[in-house]
Amino acid sequence: MRPPDSELPILLERVQVAAGKVLILDAVSLNISSGAPTVLIGPNGAGKTTLLRVAMGLTQVTQGRVTWGGREHTAPTRRAIMFQRPVMLRRSAAANIRYALKTAGAPRSEWEPRTADLLKLVGLSGLAQRPARRLSGGEQQRLALARALARDPVVLFLDEPTASLDPAATKAIEDIVTNVAARGVKVMMSTHDLGQARRIAGEVVLLHRGQVIERGSADTFFANPQTEEAKKFIAGELLV
Amino acid sequence: MLTRRILTAALAACAVTLAVPQSFAQDKSIVVASTTSTQDSGLFEYLLPLFKKKTGITVKVIAQGTGQALDTGRRGDADVVFVHAKAQELKFLSEGQGVKRYPVMYNDFVLIGPKNDPAGIKGMKDVAQAFKVLHDKQQSFISRGDRSGTHSAELRLWKAAGIDIAKDHGPWYKAIGQGMGAALNTAQASNSYVLSDRGTWIHFKNKGNLEILVQGDKRMFNQYGVMLVNPAKHPSVKKDFGQQFIDYLISPEGQKDIANYKINGQQLFYPDANDPDA
Amino acid sequence: METDASALQLVLSADPTLMAIVRLSLAVSLTAVGLAALIGVPVGAVIALTRFPGREATIIALNALMGLPPVVAGLAVFLALSHSGPLGAWGLLFTPTAMVIAQTILVAPIIAALSRQTIEDLWLEYRDEFAAMNVGPFGRVATLIWDARFSLVTALLAGFGRAAAEVGAIIIVGGNIDGFTRTMTTAIALETSKGNLPLAIGLGLVLIAIVIVINALAWGARRAGERLAG
Repeated sequence: MRPPDSELPILLERVQVAAGKVLILDAVSLNISSGAPTVLIGPNGAGKTTLLRVAMGLTQVTQGRVTWGGREHTAPTRRAIMFQRPVMLRRSAAANIRYALKTAGAPRSEWEPRTADLLKLVGLSGLAQRPARRLSGGEQQRLALARALARDPVVLFLDEPTASLDPAATKAIEDIVTNVAARGVKVMMSTHDLGQARRIAGEVVLLHRGQVIERGSADTFFANPQTEEAKKFIAGELLV
Repeated sequence: MLTRRILTAALAACAVTLAVPQSFAQDKSIVVASTTSTQDSGLFEYLLPLFKKKTGITVKVIAQGTGQALDTGRRGDADVVFVHAKAQELKFLSEGQGVKRYPVMYNDFVLIGPKNDPAGIKGMKDVAQAFKVLHDKQQSFISRGDRSGTHSAELRLWKAAGIDIAKDHGPWYKAIGQGMGAALNTAQASNSYVLSDRGTWIHFKNKGNLEILVQGDKRMFNQYGVMLVNPAKHPSVKKDFGQQFIDYLISPEGQKDIANYKINGQQLFYPDANDPDA
Repeated sequence: METDASALQLVLSADPTLMAIVRLSLAVSLTAVGLAALIGVPVGAVIALTRFPGREATIIALNALMGLPPVVAGLAVFLALSHSGPLGAWGLLFTPTAMVIAQTILVAPIIAALSRQTIEDLWLEYRDEFAAMNVGPFGRVATLIWDARFSLVTALLAGFGRAAAEVGAIIIVGGNIDGFTRTMTTAIALETSKGNLPLAIGLGLVLIAIVIVINALAWGARRAGERLAG
């Protein structure tokens, strides 16, 4: 078995990500430790996606440092991410999951049983042989989640996972995420749906124009926001 | 996957198909560079199986114009050259590229043109005079233009007519740089005059409105010679098999076979290996 | 093979000489496509997935080589394989092997250029997921080639179409020798020049039939791809 919790805590120290002259993330310092889900909120263009990608290790920082369990530049063996618009491999749903298992290094003997379990977890058992690209949006999102979970992650990043889904599909995803978090996986998720943030978050981080504005437990954040931006955002007045 | 299986099967099939003819070819075969007229007359299709039956040697014929065929010999890419332009053949020998020249057979050239004969040369006995008329009346004429034996003969006839065709031609004179069959096709399609060897003409299946207009002049006589490419210069030449082919062509049996080749009951080639002046 | 009126009948009755010509044509072109694929697909994949100085120029050159005139390729191979050329000792001139070499040279750039395009397009889609799933370089190449297999098969069939239809290269390096290096296209050229038009047309019909079958296969491959993998 792989050493548990070698991914956590994830420490971002004064991280800056620049694209040309524009700062997408500006001196962000953040500590992500195990526990209840951390939900990242903020208006469009705040830098949520980039922050998640940095924490996953996909995007390089132009300044500052990122460490996982105290080490820099580790391979993302027990981290997983689900993108806002996930790309399905050109094969069946089950084959997509098997691919994730294979690349995560799972032994061949486990592939069949774990694929079946994951399909069941995300409610896609009946669609196992369907070409993944012909699934509906919601089904593809669930499959992407199954793929991410196939890696048996310690940390699971989700980038606006229900942004393009209908309420039924949204609920399905939220249920799975809550389930997974309850089993001990650290979830870090971005959303622009305040209701979703309230439902899922243990901890809320407000991002605006590349900077962390406020951070706190969900209860205190929503009941008693400290900063002006936070108050405006909760009132729905912070757009950009 | 089905596609993968199909592809593997196809590759296996070609490997086998390619392997089989190759293994035969390596054993007993020679490459003979000859002319398009000889090929187009059908002589090889008649003669080569007879030779193979006798000796077991397969002859692979590359058919080009005389000039090209001799160049193939110069590059060592052929074992034997079998062409019909004595001057070029003697030059080949003088360069040390060939071992010895043997005369084999002759046929003749015929002057072909449209049935309605706008130049009015039909039946003329003097072919040089006919050429002069074609030139003076600027009649559409197709030239091989490819340093072939036929092209050499054509040039000799212009010279005999007192015409320097290289300098003195107009749009009526069309040099196409291709073989005899292509020249006849072009003449047929454009109602032109053309000099052809009789063998190719008889064998040609697209005569259309063309016919023989002038023949029989002694200057239309077309002599064939065969040479072994010099193994001293080109070690890859198969000199034993090549010499066997030459020996067959000039032997009484080979000469008889050549004489027996007929189309529509008409003999095409006249064996003359024993003629010292040929 | 010389009777004229029955030429079309020869084609329809599967005359053995004709069958030998068709077999040789298919053998040469299929082998050339197989070799060209072994070379072209990996080359296309490498160019698609790596960054190196002169990459743009390489892609332009590869696309341009798709239009390499067959006679030029034939001439180059001829000069190389002639006994007075650098590779003359191999004795390959005027053999089917020389024809395969010439056609491989013609077809490899087509397969490489089309593979590069296909794989690069798919790579742009899969890129993030590969990074997220920590897939190594060999894994990426293998996955891309496998997932793009139907488009790659289409590229192979395009290459085969090119090889089967050309005459310029193989007539120069093969010499159109009766019974050894005479293929459908070179036979058509020969019979036309002999004025034997019915036979030439008959061979032409066989060749067109093969080209149509190839195109049908290409279409079928694309459809299968859409159905099976989405």
